[in-house]
Amino acid sequence: MTSPAPIAEPRDAAPKPDPAAVPALSIDGVSHAYGPRRALIEVSFNVQPASFTALLGLNGAGKSTLFSLITRLFGIQSGRIGIFGHDVGSTPGEALRLLGVVFQPRTLDLDLSLTQNLLYHAALHGIGRRDAAARAAELLDRIGLAERAGSKVRDLSGGQMRRLEIARALLHRPRLLLLDEPTVGLDVKARADIISHVRQLVAEQGIGVLWATHLFDEIAAGDDLVVLHQGKVLAKGPVGRVIADAGAQDVNTAFMRLTGAQVMPEARG
Amino acid sequence: MSSVTAHDTPRGFSFAEYMTCLTGIVWREGLRFLHQRERFVSALVRPLVWLFIFAAGFRQVLGISIIPPYETYILYEVFIAPGLMAMIQLFNGMQSSLSMVYDREMGNMRTLLVSPLPRGFLLFCKLLAGTAVSLLQVYAFLLIAWFWDITPPPIGYLTVLPALILSGLMLGSLGMLISSGIKQLENFAGVMNFVIFPMFFASSALYPLWRVQEGSPYLYYVCEANPFTHAVELIRFALYGQINWVSLAVVATCTIVFMIGAIFAYDPSRGLARRGPAGGEG
Repeated sequence: MTSPAPIAEPRDAAPKPDPAAVPALSIDGVSHAYGPRRALIEVSFNVQPASFTALLGLNGAGKSTLFSLITRLFGIQSGRIGIFGHDVGSTPGEALRLLGVVFQPRTLDLDLSLTQNLLYHAALHGIGRRDAAARAAELLDRIGLAERAGSKVRDLSGGQMRRLEIARALLHRPRLLLLDEPTVGLDVKARADIISHVRQLVAEQGIGVLWATHLFDEIAAGDDLVVLHQGKVLAKGPVGRVIADAGAQDVNTAFMRLTGAQVMPEARG
Repeated sequence: MSSVTAHDTPRGFSFAEYMTCLTGIVWREGLRFLHQRERFVSALVRPLVWLFIFAAGFRQVLGISIIPPYETYILYEVFIAPGLMAMIQLFNGMQSSLSMVYDREMGNMRTLLVSPLPRGFLLFCKLLAGTAVSLLQVYAFLLIAWFWDITPPPIGYLTVLPALILSGLMLGSLGMLISSGIKQLENFAGVMNFVIFPMFFASSALYPLWRVQEGSPYLYYVCEANPFTHAVELIRFALYGQINWVSLAVVATCTIVFMIGAIFAYDPSRGLARRGPAGGEG
């Protein structure tokens, strides 16, 4: 994120040996249209390993479209997306193996238990039963839900479900974690818990995180920031620099300056 | 969780990983099925209503002559049992694809498709899982039917299994093919009426085709061209330890065609794309 220049050199043929040199996620000139409506226009940015990158944009800015492209739910119409140098379009298997994702809508099986949900996810990644059970127990312990392992997901609170979804996304030990507005609908305490948990993953395990949000207060001073508005990247870089470049005092004002006066009417996207 | 030491070089997927994935998907489908008792009960009640009520009333109306694979005169109940087995699978196949539309709308399909394994394989696993559920339903039906004097030879319970797997796959992939063209859940009710009922009634499930031919030659050709007829006949012969080669060929071909079509046509963006521009989720 330190350089605003898009990554141009081809990297899918031979991933570089030094992991620090390869971005966890590289988005390179990605455009996407739903019929005549252009949802993403020439979007380029990187997420570095062991960094927390906030993707800031209002509803309708194109955040979820971008997530759907990174996770290969949609085919890439133009541009390239790489995960640790593996091209999502040409080698999706290798790319997705390194990716953990928490979607905005809940994607848990409500009638299955916590452990069953985790085991199902492990199976989808080809992780054998015994290994999967050990990992699931360890992760449930870490998110403080070990004693609820056998209860149905339906009985969990919203914050607990989110924590479980994050644990699930980490089960196959990805090195890049995507979260699409993961704190929507949570109370203040649950929100703070989730944010600190994810920041801890960045600091302790070196996971690269892309955190989509429209809430300014979820962004910290040391983060990287990508401002997405109406499908275009308006600014990117360390938070301090984006604020300074916009001639603003805080993220909020910087965002208003960057997106112009029409922010509020377009909020519905 | 020393995640930074993870794999950097492409390594593909081992056979064991494929099998783990397959069993995981089938296991989850089975668990979901067990949790949905109403679905199991209604899947059983439907054919049993036909068997206990429709067949009992109809047997006086329709005489059955001796046609292969039967070697004696049979009761009408015995004749329609294979048709009802296929009906269970038809409903199940459509219901699994209904759940695919639902999953797609609810986001569960995302969980599946984010798996790094090839998408075609994931969809195949999903089909196989749906077929496995239909086998549970069919054997439960056969168990109850046995007390109703529908007693095929014991070996028939075994020989019918491959036929059921094939027909289950055919009907499941047909359902998936249809679901790939459906944008919304609500449209599905219409498709049920336009697919399930015509397929079921224009087949050999309820009446032998020679009787149809007597009534209407055109309808007879429709029935002959209906893949569901061949699913029924494949099951009927297999239940008596025999193979109907024509039906086997038709069902196998249709399975391959439907499955390839479904895997190619299945586009997850169809259900989600609406949200992008219209739903405001971005």
